[in-house]
Amino acid sequence: MANNNAAQERVLMKGNEVLAEAAMRAGCRFFFGYPITPQTELAAYMAKKLPLIGGTFLQAESEIAAINMVYGAAAAGARVMTSSSSPGVSLKGEGVSYMAGADLPGVIVNVQRGGPGLGGIQPSQSDYFQATRALGHGDFFMPVLAPSTVQEMADLIYDAFDLADTYRTPTMILADGMIGQMMEPVLLPPERDPESLPAKPWATSGTRMEREHNVVNSLYLSPEKLNDTNHERFERYAAIRAKEQRAELMMCDDAELVVVAFGAASRIARTAVRDARAKGIKCGLLRPITLWPFPEQAIGQLIDGGTRAFLSVELNMGQMVEDVRLAASGRVPVSFYGQTGGVLPTPEEVLAAIEQAAATMERGE
Amino acid sequence: MAKANVAPITLPSYQQERIGSQIAETEKIVAARPRVLTDVVTNYCPGCTHGIVNRLVAECINELGIEGKTVGIAPVGCSVMMYDFFNCDMIEAAHGRAPAVATGVKRVHPDNVVFAYQGDGDLASIGTAETVHAATRGEKITVIFINNAIYGMTGGQMAPTSLPNQVTQTSPYGRDVSKVGYPVRIAEMVSTLDGVAYVERVTCDSRAHIMQAKKAIKKAFQNQIDGIGYSLVEVVATCPTNWGMTPQDAFQWLRDNMLPYYPLGVYKDVVADGFANAAEAALDRAKDCPIAQQKKEA
Amino acid sequence: MARIIVDDVFCKGCGLCVAACPKGVLALDEERITPKGYHPAKLVDPDGCIGCASCYTTCPDVAITVVK
Repeated sequence: MANNNAAQERVLMKGNEVLAEAAMRAGCRFFFGYPITPQTELAAYMAKKLPLIGGTFLQAESEIAAINMVYGAAAAGARVMTSSSSPGVSLKGEGVSYMAGADLPGVIVNVQRGGPGLGGIQPSQSDYFQATRALGHGDFFMPVLAPSTVQEMADLIYDAFDLADTYRTPTMILADGMIGQMMEPVLLPPERDPESLPAKPWATSGTRMEREHNVVNSLYLSPEKLNDTNHERFERYAAIRAKEQRAELMMCDDAELVVVAFGAASRIARTAVRDARAKGIKCGLLRPITLWPFPEQAIGQLIDGGTRAFLSVELNMGQMVEDVRLAASGRVPVSFYGQTGGVLPTPEEVLAAIEQAAATMERGE
Repeated sequence: MAKANVAPITLPSYQQERIGSQIAETEKIVAARPRVLTDVVTNYCPGCTHGIVNRLVAECINELGIEGKTVGIAPVGCSVMMYDFFNCDMIEAAHGRAPAVATGVKRVHPDNVVFAYQGDGDLASIGTAETVHAATRGEKITVIFINNAIYGMTGGQMAPTSLPNQVTQTSPYGRDVSKVGYPVRIAEMVSTLDGVAYVERVTCDSRAHIMQAKKAIKKAFQNQIDGIGYSLVEVVATCPTNWGMTPQDAFQWLRDNMLPYYPLGVYKDVVADGFANAAEAALDRAKDCPIAQQKKEA
Repeated sequence: MARIIVDDVFCKGCGLCVAACPKGVLALDEERITPKGYHPAKLVDPDGCIGCASCYTTCPDVAITVVK
């Protein structure tokens, strides 16, 4: 392996390629995918690099086949991933539901583009609901991590494999076309020692006549058994909610108005919040890093500390704003500003939204 | 079948008490449940041929001595619960996706023996794309395809392989080919693909046919063990319950109607054709195509 | 002398073994009901069984053990 000993190195790379490189360093040796813009560079990088380190890149006949190959490889005990963009992720919904039902770990990358339907190929955050609520049928959640820099593309996909294995759950990286296509300096994570990866005694890789046979399955015809299985899974979800919420806070110590934004939108909001501060508005930025579990603890603490209003800024028509409202539980008002289809708001436009939200807050509305 | 080199037949442990106790020390077991089958009573209806084919698969696994490295993929359909019937590692796949799941397993553990067991709705309708592409990729897997011309689990709807004019719940006036088209002939179709090593269509209506089916299934496993390529065995089967017949009458209907439409026989066998494996046969088929003849560096 | 032992746990009384027996020495036992509610197969003429295992081969529930 190329970088076994070089602990960390700083390089200039494209976001999508960093996802691929960091995944390999996290121990991912299997990639199954189907071509779609704007995640193309990720698959191309995998196609080039994985065979050189003894891994497998396979272009599947469809997104559906790709996610089911992930299902099979995960069942066999491998660290495995797939990547796509919004319309392709919809097709993966079935397989992700089966992975959740069979408690299989695996990483799904969504480099989002605009929708619905074919939508467009420009950056978007319109799959927030799909990622955090319903990527497939049935009662399930999965951890969703939202990078906002190329560095975070590396850090979060590295963590995603561990989260997936620890909680035996599919895990999603929810990126967007802007961070995917962007080049930034990045400190690549060290190569993961394969020996340090968690054991998977449940994997279906042949009994070797040394143990009882394993079954990977999501079918429970007994209502009681299915009920018990779902309750057990939700105990794991409760543990994830308690332990894995992540968010970045900027200028929040005395903030009365807090802007909530993730991914590409948070990069614009960051500038706007600084500009608002310069104008004397006591505002800050809350950037969710985990979208599920949503950082509701941080929202609660902000309200306890004196925050009087939230403004959710998104590249969609208002999706995360519902989680902000749920977390605020009616204690303070929550408003929304967003654009879609790859129309990126300027910092000035977000600043105007902040000023309006601040004015509304002052009027006590 | 050659009986040479086969270990003495013994009962599985769970039958020792209730069956073994009835066998005298002077008696020798001629035929018994293969040990790779569990003590679970199947969900199959009385007289359902799934049970026969399940047993043939189990016998082949036992006789080839591959139980410890076999991973089976169960489909959605009547054999959805197969993971309860087999003692080897088993995975339950989404409807039609067994070949993709098998691909994932086989790519991670090339030394595993991976089989997919699928019905006609699963393999020939919702999973046609997965079937065709796993075959053309030359995945070294074994696919057992049960064609009984109907959706059994959901109560007898028209299948992709239902015969012209066959009455089902969703073709109550008979399959009208002018409106819904013709049955898919999987053995014929799959045998045209370059990644495929072996395709045979068999049936299970008589002892002789069942023995032939076993021979085919065993070969399909052996091909995988030997790395020859993708193998598919199509078993023309019955569904007495949804055909509305006794198991015996269902066999007669199969002989009268199914076998003329789905002729038995070997559709592709690259080894019999003189090739070492599917890749060599594919190279020969494309011998006039220069780019296809380029040698890959190892 | 050959004979068969039918495992009542598995037998579903489908009768395929009865039809497959070349000697015609099998029948469904109308006197008995298995735990699942079926009349199981039985050997009605113990002298006639030749141990050919045709019954075993056609049994979908792998309920038959053949001994010699």
